[in-house]
Amino acid sequence: MNLATSAAPGGRAASTPLLGDAREPTIFEMSVPGRSAYQLRTTGIPERPLSELIPSGALADSPVPIAEVSERDLVAHFTRLSHRQFSVDLGAYPLGSCTMKYNPKLCDTIAAMPGLADVHPGAPASLTQGWLAILVELEESLCEITGMAAATLQPSAGAAGELTGLLLMGAYHEANGDRRRRVLIPDSAHGTNPASATLGGYDVTTIPTDERGLVDLDALRAALDTDVAGIMLTNPNTAGMFEEDIAEIAAAVHEVGGLLYYDGANLNAILGVVRPGDMGFDIIHMNLHKTFATPHGGGGPGAGPVAVSQRVADFLPGPKAARLADGSYGWITPERSIGRVHGWHGNALVIARALTYIKVHGGDGLRRVSERAVLNANWLRKRISKNFPAAYDRMCMHEVVVTGTELKRQTGAKAIDVAKRLLEEGFHSPTVYFPLIIDEALMFEPTETESLQTLEALAESLDRIADEARVAPENLHAAPRTTPVRRVDEARAARTLVPTQDARIEESG
Amino acid sequence: MPDYTPHTDAEIDMMLGFLGLDSVEELFAAIPAALQVSGGLDLPQGIPEPDVAYAMESLAKLNTGGASSMVCFAGAGAYDHEIPPVVRALGGRSEFVTAYTPYQPEVAQGVLQAIFEYQTLVARLAGLPVANASLYDGSASVVEAINLAVSASRRAVVHLSAGVHPHWRSVVKTYARGTGHTIVDVPLVNGVSNFDAVAGGEAPGVVVVGYPTYLGTFEDLGDVRRHCDETGALMVVAADPIMASILKTPGSQGADVVVGEGQSLGTPLSYGGPYLGLFACTLEQVRRLPGRLVGETLDIEGRRAYVTTLRAREQDIRREKATSNVCSNQTLMAVVAAIQLGWLGTHGLAQVATRCVTATRYLSDQVTAIDGVTPLLPGVPVARDVAVTTPLDASVVLDRLADEGFLGGLALSSLTDEGDGSVDASVRDRTILMSATERRTRTEIDALAAALTKVVSR
Repeated sequence: MNLATSAAPGGRAASTPLLGDAREPTIFEMSVPGRSAYQLRTTGIPERPLSELIPSGALADSPVPIAEVSERDLVAHFTRLSHRQFSVDLGAYPLGSCTMKYNPKLCDTIAAMPGLADVHPGAPASLTQGWLAILVELEESLCEITGMAAATLQPSAGAAGELTGLLLMGAYHEANGDRRRRVLIPDSAHGTNPASATLGGYDVTTIPTDERGLVDLDALRAALDTDVAGIMLTNPNTAGMFEEDIAEIAAAVHEVGGLLYYDGANLNAILGVVRPGDMGFDIIHMNLHKTFATPHGGGGPGAGPVAVSQRVADFLPGPKAARLADGSYGWITPERSIGRVHGWHGNALVIARALTYIKVHGGDGLRRVSERAVLNANWLRKRISKNFPAAYDRMCMHEVVVTGTELKRQTGAKAIDVAKRLLEEGFHSPTVYFPLIIDEALMFEPTETESLQTLEALAESLDRIADEARVAPENLHAAPRTTPVRRVDEARAARTLVPTQDARIEESG
Repeated sequence: MPDYTPHTDAEIDMMLGFLGLDSVEELFAAIPAALQVSGGLDLPQGIPEPDVAYAMESLAKLNTGGASSMVCFAGAGAYDHEIPPVVRALGGRSEFVTAYTPYQPEVAQGVLQAIFEYQTLVARLAGLPVANASLYDGSASVVEAINLAVSASRRAVVHLSAGVHPHWRSVVKTYARGTGHTIVDVPLVNGVSNFDAVAGGEAPGVVVVGYPTYLGTFEDLGDVRRHCDETGALMVVAADPIMASILKTPGSQGADVVVGEGQSLGTPLSYGGPYLGLFACTLEQVRRLPGRLVGETLDIEGRRAYVTTLRAREQDIRREKATSNVCSNQTLMAVVAAIQLGWLGTHGLAQVATRCVTATRYLSDQVTAIDGVTPLLPGVPVARDVAVTTPLDASVVLDRLADEGFLGGLALSSLTDEGDGSVDASVRDRTILMSATERRTRTEIDALAAALTKVVSR
């Protein structure tokens, strides 16, 4: 019996039904003047004319138009929109670098509990001891997982964590009477790294990748001097390879007084296996919406806590939740805090979800997550290597970057064509054309929650696509043909900008 | 221990065999052994879901100040609004919840169209032609607005009104450590920014005001525009989206950028996050817009379609030259806002705004009728929030009100830094910021006033 094909794949979405292909009107097009859905509480508060309460110059003549629909039509509209949307719950989503693992429903239930969701962020500590305990427990768990001393939970997403980390880096050097202007970033890095470095007030020096797919050590050493505030690395890197020379890199950067920043986007590869703190990193952000399974919400919310080593801890944003001497919880602000980076305490409900996930798994379970994520990625790497060879042909970590260069040369089908054709097969596309240093890159991150049967089905689809490219490449260029819309005219969208319904009406006259 | 991975032991063996490996440890051979964790992470053992649920429920029970257990008069940028079952049900649909950023538009039309509708609504409330697909929260939107305006004006001096939410002002100052912007605080006099107090300094490239201010007062946006015209600055207005429905739009009064906190549009109080950063601007500034923007276009068969556009502004393409570093935003909250606004409709939103104004005024009238309790700003019209000064320390008053079952508001001393220019130092410690939304009834407000009477006369 072939275990890989003895069961149907759970992660293939090709059987999902759609009725017709009529366009969905916007809610504004469905609007009928005088129709309504809202119902508000009976308050008994005496009505008064607004003109008595608000300065007359400020009041509008009529309310801002929204839309006027019935509750039934509202439900139909957004339900139909939801049917025009791929999601993890529907099928496999091997989008590299994004860690689209299954999001446990328990975490949603916890986040919806009134005792968490209905708490005002300005309520005093005495009335929010449960929330403070959650914040402290997550901070402690993340520090153990990363090998760090303390953390802030305020940053709302990975990029916000990066910028926070860079400001911490600056505060650290400044406290040492040091003004450093450069940050080193590998050419394979996520775009957020250089963008954050600019906002952090730094000039970016790009470090090339060598033929192994790793940081070029000679180039790194050549770039290092006492003007270097630090280096931003993700390890494993965006090519899915572990930076084997990390100890040497850390020593070299520390030698010139720089700090090491860890971009935690790829943390799902190393839980319980190796810790950034033990590798020599000083600052790390985590993406709770990747590694700790909080749902991505169509692009957000995330949460990007930043953990640091002891020598950076005094600069962390405040206030932060802490266990006080009497055993209760309260707020403290670190001695030399850089200040707030969030309007309140961070994306608290995301934090509660992540803690729930960590509690279910425990230390052993988290290691198992990474083991199986890496196992899945390597199995897929080898299984598809005939048509889609890995950019670096050896063991990868949690994701694999393959190249479609040869397929393109043989058939004219590009990586984007393969990605679009894969949608017809019922799978979400991999990340394409990233990292930028790899030609015709297709980056697959299957995650640990996809089954062997789903991986096999994905591989068979890729085989089918490669075969088809050789005999009927036009099918790939035309794909996708079975989706709610086909390839969209991106140039037109940019040329004739229609960012709102009102822009469209003005345009059509 | 069960978890969310599907692998059977037999499958793991088979997969390892396929790779020519004997053990899972060999998967990590590239990691130097000396660096690897030995003995496992020092975390508690994993426990089954029902046990975790019990543990988390026990923690939630310790949050005795939740809006479901106390009557909430706390506002200050986070409000207890009605979120109906229909909005919760639609916003909780897993197609919206478990999708990623719409990088493949052919299979992301649901989120893309919902964002297009959201952008339309935010643009209308702002009175500006373009709105982005969301930022993290109100504070992040102010930071990004300042970055945009500094880039457009090429001047790094920021006139930041003390009427902007105090936490947002702190965040602005934190991020200015990196950008090097000069942040000049503009004090409030009678709830209005006093630009005379900062005259004579270097001309600003940006002026930021709150509308209403965090104390609930109204700036004269015409005056703010004149200050901008005199100095050549861009005008940034941090507006409340509920109040925006009944006020003249900031855009119609000359704002270049309108930002705000969108929590009021369908997102629960959530202990402060995830919230929703609103951001709208003029067409002139669209190429400096931070974050994602959805535009309408056609597919190859001529069908209407939506796609993220003007992508060359963004970090994944422009890297260190991007307009912002933002990648993940708050899309789900934006989708929820579109649903909540659809539920409220034109008249429902105006009704909510009107009820907030009348309820807050009724609240103000009832509590300031108490002997010793006075408005912080007597005779100044306020909406959304009202600051009242009591004879006692504000945190003592709030503690005693909590004993009576009320979350009475926020102590200004917990919200503001000393000497921040928004409130007189002599009364700061005794002042409470209160708010009543459309969910507060006359009975609740009367009961709060009775409790406050008891508290201050004790």
